[in-house]
Amino acid sequence: MPRWRRALTGWSFAAPFTVLFLVFALLPVVASLVMSVTDLRATDLRHPLAVNFVGLGNYTRLFEDALFRRAAVNTLVFVVIGVPLTIVLAMAAANGLNSGLIRFRALFRVGFYLPVVTSIVAIAVVWRFLLDPDAGIVNSLLGAVGIDGPAWLQDSRTSLGSIIAMAAWRNFGSLMVIFLAALQSIPVDLYEAATLDGAGRWQQLRRITLPLMRPALLFGAVITGIGYLQLFEEPLVMTQGGPLSSTLSMSYHIYNQFGFGNYGYAAAASYVLFVAIVALSALQFRLLGARDGTS
Amino acid sequence: MARRDLVARIVLYAVLLAALVVVVGPFLWMLVSSFKTEGEIRSAPTGWPSHWTFTNYRDLFSRLNFPQYFANSAIVALLVTAGNLLFCSLIGYALAKLNFPGRKALFLTVLGMLMVPGMVTFVPQFVLISNMGLANSYAGLVLPFLAGPFGVFLMRQFLLAIPDDLIEAARVDGAGEWRIFWRIVLPLCRPALATLGILTFLASWNNFLWPLVVATTDDKYTLPVALALYSIGQNRIYFGLLLAGAVVVVLPVLIVFLVLQKHFLRGIATTGLK
Repeated sequence: MPRWRRALTGWSFAAPFTVLFLVFALLPVVASLVMSVTDLRATDLRHPLAVNFVGLGNYTRLFEDALFRRAAVNTLVFVVIGVPLTIVLAMAAANGLNSGLIRFRALFRVGFYLPVVTSIVAIAVVWRFLLDPDAGIVNSLLGAVGIDGPAWLQDSRTSLGSIIAMAAWRNFGSLMVIFLAALQSIPVDLYEAATLDGAGRWQQLRRITLPLMRPALLFGAVITGIGYLQLFEEPLVMTQGGPLSSTLSMSYHIYNQFGFGNYGYAAAASYVLFVAIVALSALQFRLLGARDGTS
Repeated sequence: MARRDLVARIVLYAVLLAALVVVVGPFLWMLVSSFKTEGEIRSAPTGWPSHWTFTNYRDLFSRLNFPQYFANSAIVALLVTAGNLLFCSLIGYALAKLNFPGRKALFLTVLGMLMVPGMVTFVPQFVLISNMGLANSYAGLVLPFLAGPFGVFLMRQFLLAIPDDLIEAARVDGAGEWRIFWRIVLPLCRPALATLGILTFLASWNNFLWPLVVATTDDKYTLPVALALYSIGQNRIYFGLLLAGAVVVVLPVLIVFLVLQKHFLRGIATTGLK
């Protein structure tokens, strides 16, 4: 087939997707970058060419914005605690279900996966009630053992922690499925040989399971990190970013700035988030992927 | 040794069962409590209803506009799913089986999009949809989601595993590329299409931020938007109604998930994305 003919066939298959992708994905990515160096506001949309070029003004303003710094710190705390917590829960669940001691494995797997497929809005309706300081079930259970539970979502000392716990609760099931698949691909002979050599369960976990799971762990850490850095819906439906901005995240701040009509400013903040995502992924590749260099 | 195994087994069951209660318990509580009266939810939040009532559901569908929200969610999710199945399998075939200039660059660009946070595209997409006059319309709710990079990745990976011989044989027999695609490739893709279809439908059904911003009148709200506005917006409604609403949001997804979980979990395990 001549080259032009191959090009025509290939691109005609690719065209429908590519056109939509150009208009609704690639164009917005570029537009966002352009907007981030202008003072575009919602009121300028009728005359978009009349806006002013402000260079890196939006970016310098961002780092002077106390609220943005607060949002960045909150997001960082969420990621630094939330990602390891989710991974540990997922690993524990996957190892428990893979140990061969358990029947009804499918039941547990489906149960643990349930929150992943559920709308965050529905989850929030339930959890806001469960965490209610007076009527909530969590505090009445704590009260039954003599602990005076805090006002989880209304107290700025516990609000971010509650969001972290809820996110880990909601997301560990999807990592668990990935880890289970990875665990099942480890040859059983390895464990049998290790048992013959006198290695205990703990040693097997450390010397066989964890090293062989490294690619899956790296993968899990990267996608969870990318997701958690974009924390938004949980605080929106649970706390509206409060109390006292204690659960305001970077994405939430961007959304608020968009709501105020500060489009250029919001775009700059979104690019800072983009850079943070790329940086975190690169860091995780270095930390977790270094030894074998393949994953 | 056997005794240690027994102890280990009991401990493991206890831990896993406790975890299952923590994870699934809230859902069961939601379902059971939605059949209680408002007063009983407040006074006796745990336990079975003293008498089961359908009042919450009846009010939801007769006094509130839930049939409309349900229809909107279904229309948007079905359109988004159909679009992704068609467009992603077309380009997936091109990327996996056709050799054409620009193929690699195209694939890398689409793949790179997976890393771009939603907030980067959110504002320009909103400006674009508004300027096209599509705010508060089905088209505005659907268009930005018709071509997702995830589906391209999934379809391409699946198609790479289909033997070239099959396609070559059809070419030798004189079949054109389009005929090959419709008659041979697409039927072979059924498992991948099932996975992609379910994942896309689910993501669209649960999608929240975009319809929250784009749908501005009651007749275009999707279920999650309506539920959010009734629970944290200005027109808050009774808690029993909210619980029933949450059940209505969750139940279709739950049924689809339980019936088709194989496709789900396979999709997650092979691509790692939801």
